[in-house]
Amino acid sequence: MVRSQKLSMDVMLHISTLHYLVLGAALFLLGVIGVLTRRNVVIVLMSIELILNAVNLNLVALSHYWQGMPARLGGGAGALHGQVFAIFVITDAAAEAAVGLGILIAFFRNKETVNVDEVNLLKW
Amino acid sequence: MTPVATPFFFYLLAVTMIIGGILVITRKNAVHSALALITALLAQAGIYLMLYAPFVAGVQIILYAGGIMVLFLFVIMLISIERTQKERQFNSQWLVGIAAAAALGGLFISVYTKGKSLFPEGRPSYVEGQNVQDVAALLYDPHTGMYMFSFEIASLLLLVAIIGAVVMAKKRI
Repeated sequence: MVRSQKLSMDVMLHISTLHYLVLGAALFLLGVIGVLTRRNVVIVLMSIELILNAVNLNLVALSHYWQGMPARLGGGAGALHGQVFAIFVITDAAAEAAVGLGILIAFFRNKETVNVDEVNLLKW
Repeated sequence: MTPVATPFFFYLLAVTMIIGGILVITRKNAVHSALALITALLAQAGIYLMLYAPFVAGVQIILYAGGIMVLFLFVIMLISIERTQKERQFNSQWLVGIAAAAALGGLFISVYTKGKSLFPEGRPSYVEGQNVQDVAALLYDPHTGMYMFSFEIASLLLLVAIIGAVVMAKKRI
């Protein structure tokens, strides 16, 4: 009993890569809930940004883990592929936000609403 | 080299991010959601610093909190938000949506508890290096950089996004 308590305290206080991955999973879930349940399209786009940030967090955490691996396995100080991917994801997020908000302005000009469930022209 | 008070700062930043995310998906006012998202993004930049990624942390602050979120706030200013605040905030499939998200959460929990041995227990040792120089070597160096072509494609993507945004948002072309 005491040993398991000590072990759980050790898990709590010893921040490993798994902690960052669990945090990324929690943010991802929050973003998914926002995308699936909200009506306001601006908040849906912000939830997509949350999802992209969760992915970025996982990439950077695993990149940090990979830096501690031995160099013969491809690790070492220069193994920053996860961070480079995170930069590409941020670029994609910028492009997506620009195009999405442009579509949103055009849509608001035509329909005078920002609710996603009122856009049902293609629905039969 | 062990940094000071790492668990404390990790839990502080993690709780800030989670609370910011919850506020983003629950607030009525879109401006409040945007401000909560900015808080979460700044906390995430702190987490990047804890992971020894100062370049990504700087890009996060400048591009996300400074660029993308200002774009969001401008668009919220352009569209009228008074009417949408009085309406229903959640769509009619919200129960199904939460059920789907709960299923995904169960999948995450089972993966992270069953596959715990795949992930390292302790904090990985940090290898001394120059982060910005190493990132630049991967991105730009003609000999060691393996992402040069992807980088050029990313610039093309941004050009397409600029043209697309202007075409979409302009009244008459």
